[in-house]
Amino acid sequence: MTTAAQPREASEKVDLWLRMYRQMVAIRQFEAQVNELYTRALMPGLAHLYIGEEAVAVGVCEALERTDYITSTHRGHGHCLAKGASPDQMFAELLGKKAGYCKGKGGSMHIADPATGNLGANAIVCGSAGIATGAAFSARRLGNGRVSVCFFGEGALGQGVLYEVMNLAQLFKLPVIYVCENNLYTEYTHYSETTAGDILMRATAFGLESASVDGQDVRAVHAISQRLVERARRGDGPAFLLCDTYRYHGHHVGDINREYYRSKQEEQTWKTERDPIANFGKWLVEQKLADAAALDRTQAELESEMKKAVDFAVAAPYPAVEEVEQDVYA
Amino acid sequence: MPETGGRELTFAQAIREALAEEMRRDPTVCILGEDVAEAGTPFKVLSGLLEEFGKDRVVDTPISEAGFTGLAVGAAMTGMRPVVDIMFGDFITLTMDQMVNQAAKVHYMSGGKWKVPMVMRTTMGATRRSAAQHSQSLHAWFCHVPGLKVVLPSTPYDAKGLLKSAIRDENPVVFFEDKMMYKLKGPVPAGDYTVPLGVADVKRVGEDITLVATSSMVQVALGAATLLEEIGISAEVVDPRTLWPLDEKTLIESAKKTSRAIVLDEGYERYGVTAELASVIATGAFYDLDAPVKRMGAMHVPIPFSPPLEDVTVPTEQTVFEAARTLCGR
Ligand SMILES: Cc1ncc(C[n+]2csc(CCOP(=O)(O)OP(=O)(O)O)c2C)c(N)n1
Repeated sequence: MTTAAQPREASEKVDLWLRMYRQMVAIRQFEAQVNELYTRALMPGLAHLYIGEEAVAVGVCEALERTDYITSTHRGHGHCLAKGASPDQMFAELLGKKAGYCKGKGGSMHIADPATGNLGANAIVCGSAGIATGAAFSARRLGNGRVSVCFFGEGALGQGVLYEVMNLAQLFKLPVIYVCENNLYTEYTHYSETTAGDILMRATAFGLESASVDGQDVRAVHAISQRLVERARRGDGPAFLLCDTYRYHGHHVGDINREYYRSKQEEQTWKTERDPIANFGKWLVEQKLADAAALDRTQAELESEMKKAVDFAVAAPYPAVEEVEQDVYA
Repeated sequence: MPETGGRELTFAQAIREALAEEMRRDPTVCILGEDVAEAGTPFKVLSGLLEEFGKDRVVDTPISEAGFTGLAVGAAMTGMRPVVDIMFGDFITLTMDQMVNQAAKVHYMSGGKWKVPMVMRTTMGATRRSAAQHSQSLHAWFCHVPGLKVVLPSTPYDAKGLLKSAIRDENPVVFFEDKMMYKLKGPVPAGDYTVPLGVADVKRVGEDITLVATSSMVQVALGAATLLEEIGISAEVVDPRTLWPLDEKTLIESAKKTSRAIVLDEGYERYGVTAELASVIATGAFYDLDAPVKRMGAMHVPIPFSPPLEDVTVPTEQTVFEAARTLCGR
């Protein structure tokens, strides 16, 4: 039996890895198009790109079921896509079009999608910590076995509400995982200038299961997420996952001159030595799980898929002006 | 206005100049906020202050609005004159207990023994395509609270003079800057001058209708006044400049003279600043009014992202022009 199970397990693993590779590339290609839309002045407002951080969203979300919940941030495109959002409706939202996930009312920072368990991206730093914890509360009370993941940047560690809800989550043994994406900078300030003491100890002080992981290594993120999700689902309570990562672009698309807060050299090092997609691709090839040409094809396929999604969004109509007063109340 | 010899500054430069001059004059003045130091805020309003005054007086904080606002209250009570920077006016929600239950009440509750000479600078204003959590104008919230003063400058000249008065005031003052006005240019004298709190300013003299307007709505009112002039209606534009203390007399006198008034403010129209100002005029100028006082504020909806929707949520030159024309029976 073991001999029969092993190859199947192994092939499932390979499927998962290839899917994770594909998802990371999808996010990067999506974001490349967002930058393009901004540069070509086709997108209203600004957007915060997730490029460089893809392994976190993908590693975590691949450990979740579709019905599990996530909350996301201003830098949220990656989380939404990794949880199953479709690029065309996302682009439409980014352009304020009726076909967007929020009928154009939310924009880049507010993508929400009940069908994929996405409770919403949030433009208030730490704004969704309560919501994610509340979703875990209802999952437990309703007994539906769902798990809730709260994504946030390390900047959110400054908000008091985070500590209030971690305390509640531990008291009530809620199935919630707080995923802290430490990309080193808040907007234009290094996190070490705004964060005292030890980050993980803040969570362990409340008794949360806490772990840190290389956020550029999708397999590592996935493995630890799976463990934390399983224990949350079992009823063993909340967890805190600290992911070390890096955003390649500016705080938002308009943040071009960054040298006053971080060096080009530092950016270059992360891009060349710790790129989550390149390194994972290399590993897949080394392990003979994929050949380089196939990976290149994936990139090309996704690039053209994203371009098509952009075309759809650009051509889509705006909402009718009357819609402005709809949806204020349920 | 004193002679400026043609010297012009942007609204942002006027704010910065007021801060720099006050910091030179009084070593207890300091700035606290997110990304205020090297970055000089995302709007670059504070650029250069770090270089002159150093990190002890231009203090980068964690993303902890409640914490650093509370700290400012305590520091103000004990010898400092802090100016806290709340990047987007939407985030004042996080500071409410510190401002409303602490800063506003300390003087009264202590029988006049403690005082809180602090300033909170924050932003307001929609149409920047920033969606519902980055576009609100929530100044009415503070106007509702005894013990707080509320300032809304509409020109670079007023911004500099009012900010100096706010810093020198012995009370907590909340200073709202419309982020859409930061690049607006206007005459500003070099060197020291103040604009007192509680004195309105007639921005344009007229005979047929009074347009009372705050912050960027003053610019909208002036634009509408130009359009009205073309059809033979002479509009007077009155800017209260501070909502508390409020120069009721100037508002009432103007309405008595013209016999018609529209009140414009970018906060929500319902239960908002326009309601208070309209009631002041309706009561004070009752026997001289030829028409009910009209109010124009933001539509009662969260600010939508989609441009065609966002644009209809706030008064514009055209909508004010139409309303004034109707009110004048043309
Ligand atoms: C409560 C609140 N304060 C300030 C801001 C402005 N702001 C937006 S993003 C950001 C930095 C966030 O840093 P982090 O949480 O580390 O996320 P990252 O942008 O690095 O992904 C700030 C200060 C905000 N949106 N909400």
